[in-house]
Amino acid sequence: MSRRFLRKVINVVALALSGLATAIGLFFLGAILWTLFSRGLAGMSVMLFTAMTPPPGGSGGLLNAIYGSVVMTVIGILLGGPVGMLAGTYLAEYGRTARISSVIRFVNDVLLSAPSIIVGLFVYELLVIRMGHFSAIAGAVALAIIALPVTVRTTEDMLNLVPQGMKDASTAMGAYPWRTITSVVYPAARSGIVTGLLLAVARISGETAPLLFTALNNQFWSTDLNAPMANLPVVIFQFALSPYPNWQQLAWSGALLITLSILILSITARFVVARLNPGGQR
Amino acid sequence: MNTAAAIDPRHAAGQRLRERMFRAATFVAALLVLILLGGVALSLLHGAWPALAHFRLHFLTSEIWNPVTEKFGALAAVYGTVITSLIALVIAIPVSFGIAIFLTELAPAWLKRPVGIAIELLAAVPSIIFGIWGLFVLAPILQRHVQPWLIDVIGPLPIIGRLFQGPPFGIGILTAGIVLAIMVVPFISAVTRDVFETVPDVLKESGYGLGATTWEVIWQVVVPYSRTGMIGGIMLGLGRALGETMAVTFVIGNAHRIGSSLLAPGTTISAAIANEFTEAVGDLYTSSLVALGALLFLITFSVIAAARFMLLRLERRALSSV
Repeated sequence: MSRRFLRKVINVVALALSGLATAIGLFFLGAILWTLFSRGLAGMSVMLFTAMTPPPGGSGGLLNAIYGSVVMTVIGILLGGPVGMLAGTYLAEYGRTARISSVIRFVNDVLLSAPSIIVGLFVYELLVIRMGHFSAIAGAVALAIIALPVTVRTTEDMLNLVPQGMKDASTAMGAYPWRTITSVVYPAARSGIVTGLLLAVARISGETAPLLFTALNNQFWSTDLNAPMANLPVVIFQFALSPYPNWQQLAWSGALLITLSILILSITARFVVARLNPGGQR
Repeated sequence: MNTAAAIDPRHAAGQRLRERMFRAATFVAALLVLILLGGVALSLLHGAWPALAHFRLHFLTSEIWNPVTEKFGALAAVYGTVITSLIALVIAIPVSFGIAIFLTELAPAWLKRPVGIAIELLAAVPSIIFGIWGLFVLAPILQRHVQPWLIDVIGPLPIIGRLFQGPPFGIGILTAGIVLAIMVVPFISAVTRDVFETVPDVLKESGYGLGATTWEVIWQVVVPYSRTGMIGGIMLGLGRALGETMAVTFVIGNAHRIGSSLLAPGTTISAAIANEFTEAVGDLYTSSLVALGALLFLITFSVIAAARFMLLRLERRALSSV
């Protein structure tokens, strides 16, 4: 009788602890969001989106940083996205069973979790030293390298979900594989691929480490891709660690801005998946 | 497509050409993934060469990091990297395990999805946000409420007391470990949950049929079945923690020294690179930082490769049992 009681107690305690663990995880998400809102909202104003980053003590906004982040993220996804989709297509279609594909999959998984600061060092060695100066294009290339493995992975997974019967039907019509892929497989997997791209954008738009020594930062308005360009993450980094209250306020507002955009992107991506796969688990 | 076009030889030749080109394009893109990894390894080695040739093995065994006298050793940074990641795992493993249990075995169906998504969103928050939050919110709380308690209560104890001595700085190795723990929890719990979900219902039902409690089924059926996958997930989290840069840079204190206390400031490989790279003067200094990067690449590559290998083996087993 007492043994049975003990087992029940252990069961209840263990399950309560697992509930507690979940509460802890949710608590930290809530705590971080609460901090961002309570400190960042104070600095939300029209000027945030219309004025340049100010000198210490002056008033200003984040316009050049927002512009730089958008430009580098867009170029990054334009460079990394299509290449990633093609590579994913190879893994899912042409090279599905090829021996080299398993090597590529493995290497891609390694790249997927590789530290982003390493990518920054790589692009520094590859581009910044050769060009002789920091530049927006180097920053965009670094972001592209981070976006690439994400797109490869999601594209392959999504193409694998397309039923074989659809491809067979197209082949039976006399279509070459490229025609089947572009006219049947891609449209069928469209929302999945878009999700992958959205997740890649969410991933690279908050990256700081790879931009530190590629795009660097720029206190002024610059549209020159061949020159250092301001960007939100590096501005947040520099301003948050500065002793000036107006810079710190801008850092919090920038942090709120970037987190909200990324969370909205991630949630949108999930809804696209849900629509694609309504009967699915996740 | 009209049939006349399909049998037109010129049309067929065009189709074949496009087929070859498309196929080649996908293959080249796939090869690029391999080239990228090779390129990263080679360029790091190239950049690190001057420092490695100059310091040789001393680079790995010396904790002195002095830009003025141009003496550079990686030991303090490697120590900080390993210790902060270990602290992160010690905290994150039980929490992630609990979350995975809650999501697979405990939560009612309507709660599973929102809670799962919320935990995953924690993974989407950029690391720099964890950094400023850690510095401005977590560190003061630790400094005022947690660290004095650790120093008073655990500090006087023999052996483990040495880990909790000295003044409460707020920032330091322990704080960095805690922030890293929060960051890797979503990764480890996501993998663990997915692995738990692969356990066949029949196995669990047999456990319940024998009269086992929910916890006994989890501990004696689910966990043994998913051990490899869980270890893979943990090592994936470890790889994440080892290479994490921005969050750590904010809260580690950036001191190239090895102290016995976890409350003291330290540094990690990635924090040292992020802090010093753009300000490094002289080829030897820059090269030493790249050498640190190469070391980090080597460490994380081995950990991630081992993790992927374990998860891959698990996938094969799942496929063969279907």
